[in-house]
Amino acid sequence: MYSYSDFDESFVRARVAQFTQQVERRLDGSLTEEEFRPLRLMNGLYLQLHAYMLRVAIPYGTISPRQMRQLAMIADTYDKGYGHFTTRQNIQFNWPKLPDVPAILSALADVEMHAIQTSGNCVRNVTADHFAGAAADEIEDPRPYAELLRQWSTDHPEFQFLPRKFKIAITGAPNDRAVTRAHDIGLRMVKNAAGEPGFEVMVGGGLGRTPMIAHTVRDFLPVADLLPYVEAVLSVYNTLGRRDNKYKARIKITVHETGKEEISRMIEERFAELRPLFGGADQALLDDIRVAFAPPAFRNAPVDAYDAFYKADPVFRSWADTNLAAHRNDQYAIVTISVKAHGQTPGDASSDQMRLMADLAERYGHGDLRISHEQNVILPHVHKSDLPAVHAALAQVGLATANVGLISDIIACPGMDYCALATARSIPIATQIAERFKALDLEHEIGPLKIKISGCINACGHHHVGHIGILGLDRAGVENYQITLGGDGSETAAIGDKTGPGFAYDEIVPAVERIVRAYLSVRVSPEETFLQTFRRLGMEPFKTALYESEGAQDAA
Amino acid sequence: MSRRFTPKVVTANRLREGDVVYLTADDVWSPFHHAAELIEDEAHAQMRLLHAMAQKLEVVGPYLADAKRGPNGPEPVHFREAFRTRGPSNYDHGKQADFPADMGA
Repeated sequence: MYSYSDFDESFVRARVAQFTQQVERRLDGSLTEEEFRPLRLMNGLYLQLHAYMLRVAIPYGTISPRQMRQLAMIADTYDKGYGHFTTRQNIQFNWPKLPDVPAILSALADVEMHAIQTSGNCVRNVTADHFAGAAADEIEDPRPYAELLRQWSTDHPEFQFLPRKFKIAITGAPNDRAVTRAHDIGLRMVKNAAGEPGFEVMVGGGLGRTPMIAHTVRDFLPVADLLPYVEAVLSVYNTLGRRDNKYKARIKITVHETGKEEISRMIEERFAELRPLFGGADQALLDDIRVAFAPPAFRNAPVDAYDAFYKADPVFRSWADTNLAAHRNDQYAIVTISVKAHGQTPGDASSDQMRLMADLAERYGHGDLRISHEQNVILPHVHKSDLPAVHAALAQVGLATANVGLISDIIACPGMDYCALATARSIPIATQIAERFKALDLEHEIGPLKIKISGCINACGHHHVGHIGILGLDRAGVENYQITLGGDGSETAAIGDKTGPGFAYDEIVPAVERIVRAYLSVRVSPEETFLQTFRRLGMEPFKTALYESEGAQDAA
Repeated sequence: MSRRFTPKVVTANRLREGDVVYLTADDVWSPFHHAAELIEDEAHAQMRLLHAMAQKLEVVGPYLADAKRGPNGPEPVHFREAFRTRGPSNYDHGKQADFPADMGA
């Protein structure tokens, strides 16, 4: 993976030193909170409901065993022994004390990590397909481009005070695992007629209070044009974006108000100005970066042991069926470690679990780990003969749950258990749904079904693109949960439709169960997924199940 | 405009630790909601908030939160404020872990 250059190293160290002094000045009273707040946010430090929260970037979700162990050390030394993986491939520590934060940032810098640009109106952590460099369906590893974008966007003087935050996602595969169409800029690798790789550039997607699917502004962008083109998009947005109204300040509104044709024209016009200014230094840099993402030296060994174990052990087979994905080397598999044990907080890993995952990556995974936007951890390169050992080790620390892609593999934001912006809790809804369907022993029969839960309209839990989306609101001083159906974060992206009135805290789990039972009764076969059934039949059978079953309503 | 004033408490987070605290009648920042001064007069509430805002080295973001009289002192009205008195619901962390004996109050 990419290692910091001297430039990266000195930049991050300088920022740690700078913030250390800012914290000192806040603590001795030289800085007021009004002065300090933007400075701490620039370094990823929020003040939440019960404590401070530090958000640390995991660029494009790629993390080394050494870095993972350092996160475990930070969790043990400065927090409560765990960390929370987020939907933007970051990790959040929920309980740091302000005087300790400089030491935490210093410990992060020791392993080439930081919390810069994890908040504020700048280009945030660039996210990527968590199977990058491993997936069988991939055209090219997108991470060298993500790293190029990271370097370009870090402290970019023109883009530190954008109208609003700006999120870029990139995938190298036709199957979109990075929710690119719900980002400010989504980049999807495609090939042109000559077989050359390039990007489909999508602009103006986003969730939040005004969910929008991104528009394609370029069907094919040659890879060498990436930086000038992205810079052109940012530049147009920086000029047009609505600084007068926070709720209209994201680029999705700019695209909506300007129109796809006009904004495409403006981007192309700006691109024509910028392109000649890029003299090739970016491409030389990209070549250097590419070397750092060279594939590992794959082992060539028999996989008979895996096949035999798969046949013999039903627990292993169940896990292999749900948690493995096709690797481009057919002796290998991509392992998704479910950080979604039934009843546990989605995305929370203890320090012991982090260390175990680091050990497994080192021993069996070519030293590579990924964090997915679905709040799981990936071992992207595991030889199939090692899978039984990996599974056995994961089971020792509660990480062998066979539920990836199933109803209990729920995305949930921290919600009102932690977040100062939340209007309702999300975590207990997620844990109760997972436990309910475990008790019913139905989740494997239900098959692929993505539930996504947000505790407020800002939609960190991606509820708009959940097959079943749940949005927690405050209705007259009571938690109330609105359901959407038919959302999709993949290459066939769609925003879910509201079912109708919301449900009270103690009614939302039974409501989800009614939806799922309706699906089971109307699907044409077990092969027809929930999303396919919804697309075939629409809202009616689910609405009927939700609102017309006896004594089950709690309309608000 | 003759709506009755909803009683308030002054609450904030501690600057260093981030912990939720409440302003008492004798000017101490207490971790307990029930120890807070229940303010039933709007003008007095504004005075107490100004007093809290001046303590820049003690607390961050003081504000007035709705409260009601209870048998053991002020109680929160809104669920958000109730969560702030305890801590998160997914782990035994925060006040519920630090002061388990005081959670019933």
